[in-house]
Amino acid sequence: MNPKESARRRFLKNGAALAGLAAGAMRSARGKALEVPYEGLDKIDQPYGGRSRFDRIARMVEKEYGAGRSASLVTPIQHLRGIITPGPLHYVQNHGYFPPDIDPDKHRLMIHGLVDRPLIFTLDDLGYLPSVSRIHFLECGGNSNPKTKHTAKTVQETHGRTSCSEWTGVLMSTLLEEVGVQKAASWIVVESADRVYTKSIPLAKALDDVLLAYGQNGEPVRPENGYPLRMVVPGWEGMANVKYVTRIKLVDGPYMDRWETTVQPSPRPDGKSRWFQFEQGPISVVTRPSGGHQLTGPGFYEITGLAWSGAGAIRRVEVSTDGGRNYKDAQLQEPVLRKAHTRWRFNWKWDGEEAVLQSRCTDETGTVQPTVEEVAKVWNVSLEYLRTKDKGEDMSAKHFNAIWPWKVTRDGSIHNALLT
Amino acid sequence: MHCLLKLVAPILVLALGASAMAQGPKYGRGKAPTAEEIRAADISIGPAGKELPSGSGTAKQGADIYTEKCVSCHGVNGEGNKVIGAPRLLGGTGANVGNYWPFATTIYDWINRAMPFDKPGSLTPNEVYSLTAFLLYRSNIIQESTVIDARSLPKIEMPNRNGFIPLPWPVYPYARPRPFGLYP
Repeated sequence: MNPKESARRRFLKNGAALAGLAAGAMRSARGKALEVPYEGLDKIDQPYGGRSRFDRIARMVEKEYGAGRSASLVTPIQHLRGIITPGPLHYVQNHGYFPPDIDPDKHRLMIHGLVDRPLIFTLDDLGYLPSVSRIHFLECGGNSNPKTKHTAKTVQETHGRTSCSEWTGVLMSTLLEEVGVQKAASWIVVESADRVYTKSIPLAKALDDVLLAYGQNGEPVRPENGYPLRMVVPGWEGMANVKYVTRIKLVDGPYMDRWETTVQPSPRPDGKSRWFQFEQGPISVVTRPSGGHQLTGPGFYEITGLAWSGAGAIRRVEVSTDGGRNYKDAQLQEPVLRKAHTRWRFNWKWDGEEAVLQSRCTDETGTVQPTVEEVAKVWNVSLEYLRTKDKGEDMSAKHFNAIWPWKVTRDGSIHNALLT
Repeated sequence: MHCLLKLVAPILVLALGASAMAQGPKYGRGKAPTAEEIRAADISIGPAGKELPSGSGTAKQGADIYTEKCVSCHGVNGEGNKVIGAPRLLGGTGANVGNYWPFATTIYDWINRAMPFDKPGSLTPNEVYSLTAFLLYRSNIIQESTVIDARSLPKIEMPNRNGFIPLPWPVYPYARPRPFGLYP
């Protein structure tokens, strides 16, 4: 008998003694005693808490690349309930390199270039500077890419490259005031501790609302998300949010690194490429019920989902259950925060007939989420183009933010209906 | 009166302090790096090439270094290796260094900071200049004899330099209207 098992048996034997203490937890809804306590309850002194063994919510490893050094891990947004993404479920999209294993005591942040006083900070230094906590989404510029996702089954696959956290750290403006930015500076170049990832960010954005975060949802930033220090660039595509930040250089223009000039631009059909696409447009999606969910029969269902915009706060979310012919307002759940996920809800009574569920949002600038036809018009491409995979990395349809339909069939099953 | 002064004095001190602090650091945390610390850390090469080190190289020298240090991943003809995730450098029908990269300085920056994959940062400036020259020559952008150094590299005109939608200056706040929040 292994020690864990013996502990569990001991627990069961002593169950009677504990029953009075944990009656609620030990009984199912029908009042029948559960046979085995949740995993970890046999170790009541767990230093870092686990979860119920019945809770199987997990990220999906969508693709591995860089010879197994990197993976796309997508967030199970169909199972999340509020606006916060737990750290272990945050999406990960790295760039072909393992996350560096950083000892925080040895980590340093250097700020130099066009500044009056170059400075090196330890994490202890940063931890005693004035701090802020801000709730912001991070979304990959390639989230909900129609070329690869119009055949995907679940919203985790179609829209799971977005997550929302409370980030705690020091405002970039605080640090830049400390070093004294010179007049000639107009951009910053931010470098990761792996020294291969860099990103150029306009100084105006850096001074506006960018922060260097050491905290994520109250605990240290997760290694996959940038431990011990990550830049959060609110509302901008994931790739702008450099992880493991170790150096910031004030410069007089974008530095045209390999990533921003050759990996991240999206080619257009005319041969030209869009680059420095930063801000994420307004987008919303029905997360529940959505692809892969099964309705159990006609009756009441709460439809819920998320909406967010890189330009600011969500003002309005509307829901259609007939594929966009009619829309009605959804109820926005407080808090409704700028550049953060906004939870919305909509009451629906399913009559058992075919239905198409979709949502449309409007942000504080009045910008409305487009239909797929409207996206095609702006990009001057055909719907067929949006349905066709690229030859290379499928970068040509980045920043696609169209309304996404889910078809409910008469048997209650729900299917991805984009471009069908 | 005496009591009032006691109250006001600290406020005056604070106010004076604040105006003085606008010039200098406010919190005084962090330490100044030495010139050597900055030099060692600052590997960023911008498009103007201001940070390029002294040294030089040619395609001929680069060919030997390529054979020694790059060929095992990127292949004899720069075709790359999908299995290990080494991208194509030369030829092919899609984007490669010669036909897509808009700035030659980026080639130096990337090789210098990231290559060889298992020993990044191990190449000397002469080796990086030589490998840059090798890729430019094999992409038909320079002659085999062209010497690549801090002066010549930033002046090289890459074929795809104008292949990008011009930046809407200033980028932030975004100056050009973006229908539906899209990038046209």
